[in-house]
Amino acid sequence: MENAKWIGMQLLRMAVLLAAVTVTVFVLLSLSPIDPLTTNVGQTALGSMSGEQVERLKEYWGVGTPAAARFLGWARDFLRGDMGISLLYRRPVAQVIGERFFNSVWLMIWAWLLSGFMGFGLGILAGRKRGGTADRLVTGYCLLTASTPAFWIAMVLLMIFAVWLKWLPIGLAVPIGTAADEVGLGDRIYHMILPALALSLTGISSVALHTREKLAAVMESDYVLFARARGESERSILVRHGLKNIALPAMTLQFASVSEIFGGSVLVEQVFSYPGLGQAAVTAGLGSDVPLLMGITVITAAVVFGGNTAANILYGLIDPRMRKGRKKG
Amino acid sequence: MRMTNRRRTMAVWMILTVLLLVLVTAAGWHFREAASLTDFSRKNLAPCPAYPFGTDFMGRDMFLRTLAGLSSSIRLGVITAAVSAVIAFFMGLAAAVLGRTADAVIGGLIDLIMGIPHILLLILISYACGKGFWGVTIGISLTHWTSLARLIRGEVLQLKESTYVKIASRLGHGKLKTAFAHMTPHLLPQFVTGLVLMFPHAILHEASVTFLGFGLPPEEPAVGIILSASMKCLVMGKWCQALFPGLLLAGAVLLFHFLGQGLLLLWDPENAHR
Amino acid sequence: MDGHLLEVKGLSITFTQYERGLRRVSLPVIRDLGVTVDRGEMVAVIGSSGSGKSLLAHAVMGILPYNASAEGEIRYQGEILTEKRKKALRGRELVLVPQSVSYLDPLMRVGEQVKNGRKGRKWEEACRRVLGSYGLGPETESLYPFQLSGGMTRRVLISTAVMENPRLVIADEPTPGLHPEAAKRVLGHFREMTEAGAGVLLITHDLNLALQTADRVVVLYAGTAVEETDSRAFCREETLYHPYTRALYRAMPEHGFKSEPGSQPYVKELPSGCPYRPRCAMAGPECAGPVPLRKTDRGWVRCVRKEGEA
Repeated sequence: MENAKWIGMQLLRMAVLLAAVTVTVFVLLSLSPIDPLTTNVGQTALGSMSGEQVERLKEYWGVGTPAAARFLGWARDFLRGDMGISLLYRRPVAQVIGERFFNSVWLMIWAWLLSGFMGFGLGILAGRKRGGTADRLVTGYCLLTASTPAFWIAMVLLMIFAVWLKWLPIGLAVPIGTAADEVGLGDRIYHMILPALALSLTGISSVALHTREKLAAVMESDYVLFARARGESERSILVRHGLKNIALPAMTLQFASVSEIFGGSVLVEQVFSYPGLGQAAVTAGLGSDVPLLMGITVITAAVVFGGNTAANILYGLIDPRMRKGRKKG
Repeated sequence: MRMTNRRRTMAVWMILTVLLLVLVTAAGWHFREAASLTDFSRKNLAPCPAYPFGTDFMGRDMFLRTLAGLSSSIRLGVITAAVSAVIAFFMGLAAAVLGRTADAVIGGLIDLIMGIPHILLLILISYACGKGFWGVTIGISLTHWTSLARLIRGEVLQLKESTYVKIASRLGHGKLKTAFAHMTPHLLPQFVTGLVLMFPHAILHEASVTFLGFGLPPEEPAVGIILSASMKCLVMGKWCQALFPGLLLAGAVLLFHFLGQGLLLLWDPENAHR
Repeated sequence: MDGHLLEVKGLSITFTQYERGLRRVSLPVIRDLGVTVDRGEMVAVIGSSGSGKSLLAHAVMGILPYNASAEGEIRYQGEILTEKRKKALRGRELVLVPQSVSYLDPLMRVGEQVKNGRKGRKWEEACRRVLGSYGLGPETESLYPFQLSGGMTRRVLISTAVMENPRLVIADEPTPGLHPEAAKRVLGHFREMTEAGAGVLLITHDLNLALQTADRVVVLYAGTAVEETDSRAFCREETLYHPYTRALYRAMPEHGFKSEPGSQPYVKELPSGCPYRPRCAMAGPECAGPVPLRKTDRGWVRCVRKEGEA
C-alpha cells in the first residue's frame, strides 16, 4: 500500500515535469527570430511569388498565429495522438518519429548495455586498488574520452574502420538502394556496429568513474576495515561487501544516463548519417520544422524521465534503508 | 625516508598549465586575421613544414585556423562557464536560504533542464536565439549551472547548521545578508573548483553545437566548423584536417581537466592526507 | 607458551596529512606506548576522545590505514606479531570489537554478519545462541544495521567476537552513547570473556567505567603513556604517581569533580619532554629533557619526580 502510493507520487511528478518540458520547449521555439519562410523557401523564391501564394505558405508554416493559441491547438492534438505534420518530410510527425525512433532505439540499447557493463567492470578494476596500474589506465582512458568531443571519436572510428581498413560501412542504417523492410537483421547490425561503438566508448567514462569512486569509498569504509579485522580475504570483501554496495548506485546512474546517451546519439548519428531521431532533430532544427522538433523533444524527454523514474523506483524498492524508512515515515 | 611533497609539485605544474593556456589563447587572438586569409595559390596543400596542418580548399592555413579556433573556444568557454557558475552560485544559495518554496521551484527547474538531453536543449535554445554566437553563448550559459547549484545548495545547508551562522541570524541579519557575509568565504573553494571543472563541458558543447550547425557561423575559424568541413574530405581519405584539430582541442580540454582535478585535490578536505 | 598474551613495547604511530594548501604534517598520535595483557586479564588504555587511540587497535590487528605507520614491537604469546601472523590470527584468536554501527555492512542482515559468511546448521545455531545470550531474539538476525538501537548494535558487535572463541579481544570504545546502566552491562560482557580465559584490551575515554571492570589501566596523555597502574590504585590519591593521573583522580565525581585549568595539547603542538609540563604544578626545568620510565610498586610511571615528592 505504502509502496503503491509512493510509486504513484513518482509517476505524478514525472507527468508534471513532462508538461513543464512541453511548455518550455514551445516557448523556446516560438521565441525564435528565425523566419521559417526565408529558411525553407528562399528569399528569391518568395520575391517571385504572388501575395496569395505567400499567404498560403505563411499559414502552412504557422506564421502569424498567436503562440498561446498554437500551443493549445498542439496540446489538444497531441493528447489525441496527433503530433501534427512535419513541414520538411511532409508526413505526420508521429510517423517520422516512429520510424526514426525504431532506428535510434536499436543503436541506443546496444550502446547503453555495452557502456553500462564495460563501465561497471572497468570501475571495479580501478576502484579495487586506488592508485594501482589498472586504476591509472582506467582513469586515464576516462579522462581522455571525457576530454574529446563525442562526434570526433565517431570521426576517428570512421577514419580507421570504414575509410582506412574498409571493414565496416561508412554510414546509414541500411545499404543504399534497399527498401527498409527488405533489410535483414545482419545488415542492420553491420551498419550499427560503428555508431554503437562510438556511442559506448564515450558513455563508459561516467559509469566507470562513478563506480570507481563508490567502490574506493566502500573499500575505505569502516565496515570493510572490520571485515579485514575479521580475517576476510580481499577477494571475499570485494564480492560480499563491495559489489553489493555499489551495484545499486551504478544501476541508478545507468538509468539516469539515458539523457546523456541520447545527447551523444545526436552527434554520432550526424557523423554516420544514421537515420535516427537525433539526426532528425538536427535536420528539423536547421530547417525550422517546429512540429517535428517539438515532437522529438517531448518524446525524448518522456524517455529520459521514464529512465529516471525507473531508477528512483528501483532504488526505493531494493534498498532496505529506503524501503523500511518509508514504512516508518 | 624522504618523501617529495606531491602537492607543491602539483601546484607548479598547475601554474605552468595556466600559462600555456593563456599563451595559446593569446596566439590564436593574434593570428585571427592571418587565419582567415585566403590564398588560392596554395589551396589543398598536404601538411608540410610551412603549413603543419596543410591548407584547405580556399588556401587557408589550417594550423593558424585551428589555433584561432582553439582561442575562440577557450574564450567562449571561460565566459560561459563564468556566467553559468554565477547562476549556479545564486540558485544554490537561494534554494538553501529562501525557504521551501524557493527550494522546490529551483529543484524543479534543475530537473527540467536535466530532463532534456543536453545537446537537444542547446539546439533548442540556440534556435530560440536565432543561432550564431549568441545562440551558443546563451545556450551554454543557461544549461551548465545545474550540478554546481546542487553542490552549493548542499554546502550551504550544512553551513547553516554551524553555530556562527545561527548566531548571526539571531542577531537580526537578513537571510541573504547572512548568507553572503558568512558563507561566501567558505563556498569560494567549491565555487572556483566547480567553475574550472565546467570549462571542459562548456568547450566541448560549444564545439559540438557548432559542428551540428547551430553555433558559430561557418566563416568563423572555430574547431567545430573545421571538423564539420573536414567530414566532406574524410570519406575521400583526407584525414589530417579531422585529426589534428580534434587532437588539439582534446589537449586543451585535458589541461582544463587537470587544473580542475588539481584544485579539487588541494582544496577538498576529504583529500587531506593524499 | 611463555611470556604475556600480548606485549606491546615502544609503540609509536604517526599519521601523515596535508593541511590547507601545500604543507604536509606528521602527527605523532601515539608515542612510545607499552602495555601487556595476560590471559584472563582486562587492561584498559585510557585516553581522551578523538585522540586517535583507535589506531592502537588497528596496529595490533594489522589494519592501519595507508597514511599511518607504526614503529615498535608487538608480541603475541611471546613471539613477534608479524604482518603474516596478524593475517593468520585476526578474526580467529585475535578479534576486534569496533566502536559503532558504521562497522557493519549497511546492506547485509545482522545474522549474516554475525555468521560472517559461514553456512550450515552448526553456525546458525551458534549465531542464535550467541545473540540469545545477549538478550537478542532470533528476529534480530533479519534486521539491517540501520534498524538497530545503540545498545543492540553494541551487543551485535560483541556477538561477532564471541562467535570465534577468541584468546585476545580488543574492544575499541565500546560504550559511548549508552546510558550508564547499559554501558556497565556491556563492560560486564567483556568481563565474562576474561572469565572464560581470554585477555581483553579495552580502549576507552571513560575512566570511571574502566576502573569498575578492568584489572589494570594505562593512562595516555596527548598520545604519550604516562602511567600504568592497578585499578585499585585509584582508591587513594597517594598510590598514584603521575601528576596527570592524580589530576584525573581529583576530577572523578566521587573525589570532588575538581578539574585542572588548561587542556590537552593538540598532538601537533607538543612541548619537548613531558607533554604535561605546561599544566603541571610540580614542573621544573628538568621536565623539558627526556623523561625516563620508572618502575613503581604497581606498574610504571613516566615522570622525573620521585613518588609523592612535591
